[in-house]
Amino acid sequence: MQPINQFTGVVCPLNRPNIDTDQIIPKQFLKRIERQGFGQFVFYHWRFDDNGNKREDFVMNQPQYANAEVLVAGENFGCGSSREHAPWALLDYGFRVIIASSYADIFYNNSVKNGILAVKLTEEEVAEIMERSKEEGYRIHVNLEEQTVNDDNGFTAHFDIDPYWKKMLLNGWDEISVTLTDEDHIRKYEEKMYGKQFS
Amino acid sequence: MTKKTIIEKIWENHVVNREEGKPDLLYIDLHLVHEVTSPQAFEGLRMNGRRVRRPDLTYATMDHNVPTINRHIINDPVSKTQIETLEQNCREFGIELSDIDHPDQGIVHVIGPQLGLTQPGKTIVCGDSHTSTHGAFGALSFGIGTSEVEHVLATQTLWQQRPKTLQIKVNGKLGFGVTAKDIILAIIAKFGVNAGVGYVMEYTGEAIRNLTMEERMTICNMSIEAGARAGLVSPDETTVEFLRGRRYAPQGEEFEEATARWLALATDEGAEYDKTLEIDAAEIEPQVTWGTNPSMGSGISGSVPSPDDFEREADKESVRLALDYMGLEAGTKLSDIPVDFVFIGSCTNSRLSDLRAAAEVAKGRKVKDHVTAIVVPGSQTVKQQAEAEGLDKIFTEAGFQWRESGCSMCLAMNDDVVPPGKRCASTSNRNFEGRQGNGARTHLVSPSMAAAAAVTGQFTDVRQLSSVTH
Ligand code: SF4
Repeated sequence: MQPINQFTGVVCPLNRPNIDTDQIIPKQFLKRIERQGFGQFVFYHWRFDDNGNKREDFVMNQPQYANAEVLVAGENFGCGSSREHAPWALLDYGFRVIIASSYADIFYNNSVKNGILAVKLTEEEVAEIMERSKEEGYRIHVNLEEQTVNDDNGFTAHFDIDPYWKKMLLNGWDEISVTLTDEDHIRKYEEKMYGKQFS
Repeated sequence: MTKKTIIEKIWENHVVNREEGKPDLLYIDLHLVHEVTSPQAFEGLRMNGRRVRRPDLTYATMDHNVPTINRHIINDPVSKTQIETLEQNCREFGIELSDIDHPDQGIVHVIGPQLGLTQPGKTIVCGDSHTSTHGAFGALSFGIGTSEVEHVLATQTLWQQRPKTLQIKVNGKLGFGVTAKDIILAIIAKFGVNAGVGYVMEYTGEAIRNLTMEERMTICNMSIEAGARAGLVSPDETTVEFLRGRRYAPQGEEFEEATARWLALATDEGAEYDKTLEIDAAEIEPQVTWGTNPSMGSGISGSVPSPDDFEREADKESVRLALDYMGLEAGTKLSDIPVDFVFIGSCTNSRLSDLRAAAEVAKGRKVKDHVTAIVVPGSQTVKQQAEAEGLDKIFTEAGFQWRESGCSMCLAMNDDVVPPGKRCASTSNRNFEGRQGNGARTHLVSPSMAAAAAVTGQFTDVRQLSSVTH
């Protein structure tokens, strides 16, 4: 995955709580066997009507958010199904950073593993960014090393992140390779529990 | 000795490596695989020249895409590709597969327990969030994403943050006509869809102890709908008796040894949880959801709420959006809402006892003319058992369609789709927008409540059904 540290992007506000992965990527688009190409389907039923025409009133379809790379959303973002197609679709569409006050556990893991930085801020901070992002061209700067979010007009916030995930994201590591450096431990465990070796 | 919860005991038994500043590396005892969330994981293995470390701990089936009418007519070419891709991957990597013609085929969370693959104390994962179902046996089981599927295939381990523990205590006895589905829907309605985020839940209390294994599975299945990746029940005699004689369970003397180990896993008397929530079984009535997430529901005697009934701005807004999507007016009595479709099936409610409960209501009655009702058994085995008891006859005589096993209308990835604007009484687990079809309106209920809706054409308190005209 792509490493991420400092990132600046236009913010798109999606002011709903409990956005589930069925909304992020509807199931009829889960049938591909690749990881790419899901971006065109992200939030499909919110972006398009039944005839496939753009819904002009939906926030992501407004011209000022056309190039947004940061998504700010309501609490419990990504609840529901474990489909990793959700972060694949968000990333493929162009979102590198998500900001919300809380995330569903599986979605959070899936995002980190694909190099998406899912930032947790307080409800008040999220509301503030939501408000500020109504202004055209509103951008924020995220710094993972420093664990901060800033804008050009004095907004500043600190976020917490697990040190392990932070390291993975900063380095863009492939987790399987990291784990396989630990293979001795796995072998020992297998010997103890199964009495034989599997590698 | 310190008193421990079952969650802590299973966790400790599976730590492969623990280091400061890192999550724990956990060993995985059983990895279940299906066609939708696995292709990219196998592709990843191939690209990196990796193999499957423990094919013997991996078991695959196809369920999400499979047709439920004629198994061999798959209209959607992309569904077909996914099914064929799984076949190829299992062949290439040496994984046991129950394919579409296999007598063991079924929804992955139905067949694991049925075959005895699911056992107390195991760590079980699957690229599917309803893996929590297996927690009914006192297994630590949770859904994972595709990157994690690949990670488990390659290493048989996962990096996991130690979860907090949440006890959900269901006190007292259930009332007449109230089911396990109603318990879990009531829990989610009371505590919300993110009550369990960051936790593993253990269900305890008299009402849980009195449940059968199939009922416990229904409850654990929906743990994820309360935000918890995993939910479990400590094993007891009910658990042991269910597993005795199952194909992949230990046999003979080994079974007796395993029993002792299993029962010792139960949470110690007096062990502490990070949090406890309680609910009274007696206060639970048959539930119906009215909104677009599983917490938006109430007892059948209730009404559709108004956004103004909620305090937080975010809640008002989500209720407003939900009522708009569901085409419902605030104040409408739930029992006045008509239905167009009825779906009895899914990993929540497609086991033999679920079908029996629905058949009991359907027997001698007729599905209303304007209602399309389908029954989709959870597995081929469930289907055969139900047919041996004549349940299929009861259903078809009442006007229900009797189908082949699979996920079907739970997420409508095959041809079983609810059309836009139509209303479905469904025994599945998610009422999200578009879940059962674009624009489809889902109301979650128990199997007997679904059958009652089919024969009366609207949501009906199944407890009063005997007085309803046939
Ligand atoms: S029945 Fe529904 S919830 Fe269960 S595994 Fe299939 S799609 Fe998922």
